[in-house]
Amino acid sequence: MASNPMYQFNVYRIGPEIKLGSVDISFTNASLFMVISSLAILIIFNLGAKKKTLIPDKLQLLSELSYSFVAKMISDTAGSKAKPYFSFIFSLFMFVLFCNMFGMIPYAFTVTSHIIVTFVLAAFIFIGVTIIGFMKHGLGYLKLFVPSGVPMVLLPLIVVIEIISYLSRPISLSVRLFANMMAGHTMMKVFGGFVISLGIVGGWLPLSFSVALTGLEILVAFLQAYVFAILTCIYLNDALNLHH
Amino acid sequence: MLKKIVILLFVTCFACFNTVFAAESGGMPQLNPEFWISQIFWLIITFGILFIILTKVILPKISDNLETRKSQILENIETADKQKEESQKKIDEYEKIILDSKLKAKSYFNEAREKILDDINKKRAALERDLDEEISEVEKELSDLKNKSGEKINKIAAETSAELIKELIGEEVNSSSIAAIVEDQSKINKERKDV
Repeated sequence: MASNPMYQFNVYRIGPEIKLGSVDISFTNASLFMVISSLAILIIFNLGAKKKTLIPDKLQLLSELSYSFVAKMISDTAGSKAKPYFSFIFSLFMFVLFCNMFGMIPYAFTVTSHIIVTFVLAAFIFIGVTIIGFMKHGLGYLKLFVPSGVPMVLLPLIVVIEIISYLSRPISLSVRLFANMMAGHTMMKVFGGFVISLGIVGGWLPLSFSVALTGLEILVAFLQAYVFAILTCIYLNDALNLHH
Repeated sequence: MLKKIVILLFVTCFACFNTVFAAESGGMPQLNPEFWISQIFWLIITFGILFIILTKVILPKISDNLETRKSQILENIETADKQKEESQKKIDEYEKIILDSKLKAKSYFNEAREKILDDINKKRAALERDLDEEISEVEKELSDLKNKSGEKINKIAAETSAELIKELIGEEVNSSSIAAIVEDQSKINKERKDV
């Protein structure tokens, strides 16, 4: 059963079954890795923020570089108005990044490879951005669906396309992350299985592939976290600075 | 050898995919809703706690650190600028002092030279005056001596002439007439000399 490449995505209960009414909210391996990721972020950044030296040590440098990296990403894509949302985007980026990276450890569980997790995050972002947009611009936010400079004949079509593309944002955002993580991990598992089945004679080719894939997957893990955060910034930019 | 490996690869690929698809019949674990609520619940809890702690505790600290560093650097640059200005001022002062002292030295030198020149001139004038006085005195003495010598010579000539005449003739001649003759002779001599 362990050779099944989808087996790694199985969620199973750790410890006792916890029920809230009739709903099962048991602590699972997914929950465990969420907790581990969050704790790792908190520990690393707390250690990095604790010492206030003029010349930073390694952890302080790491935390400060991440801070300025995210700050720059937000100010570049969403402008200065997005400053109040900095801490949310920072948490989001770090959470997704750490979940992706912890998933790269052998036998670890990848939280972000589950559509329900990424969809909840994406839906929260989508709803939040929509609320911010309507709060900032009122019904004027609907102008987002009417791009300027489009001929009147095409306008109905364009508006429909814009609305569909807007509504599909949470799906595209969540599926992008989930599919990337799942595909990568499945591939690695499949190539790992080839190494076993081909043995000492032919196993070297898939093994080298596996090594290369590991590097690629670490890149993808970072890149998808970055893409997730930057798309959030872009959606936020649409809501804050309404000019299409 | 290569052919064998390729064929083997294909066969195992086929076998593997067979097993994969066989397992797939169970479906993707992601689409099994058994633990969806649990995952959502724990996601909200962990991410919520992470967000709150980052927002309330950690990020302000990091931003504080960055701000203090920025302000510290700006402050340092400011003080460096100030010190640079001060040093420039000091250099200007120093140069001014050097220039002043150079001018002073020049004026001292000029004063001293003038003093010395004055001294020299005064001394030279005094010396010249002394010399002139002495020269005039000597000249006066000389002219006196000259005048007196003429008379004396005349007197001696007159006496000698009188003696000579006395010895030769044995008669005393009036000394005044002899003196007159000598006087005339000396005058004639003098005139001859002058001519």
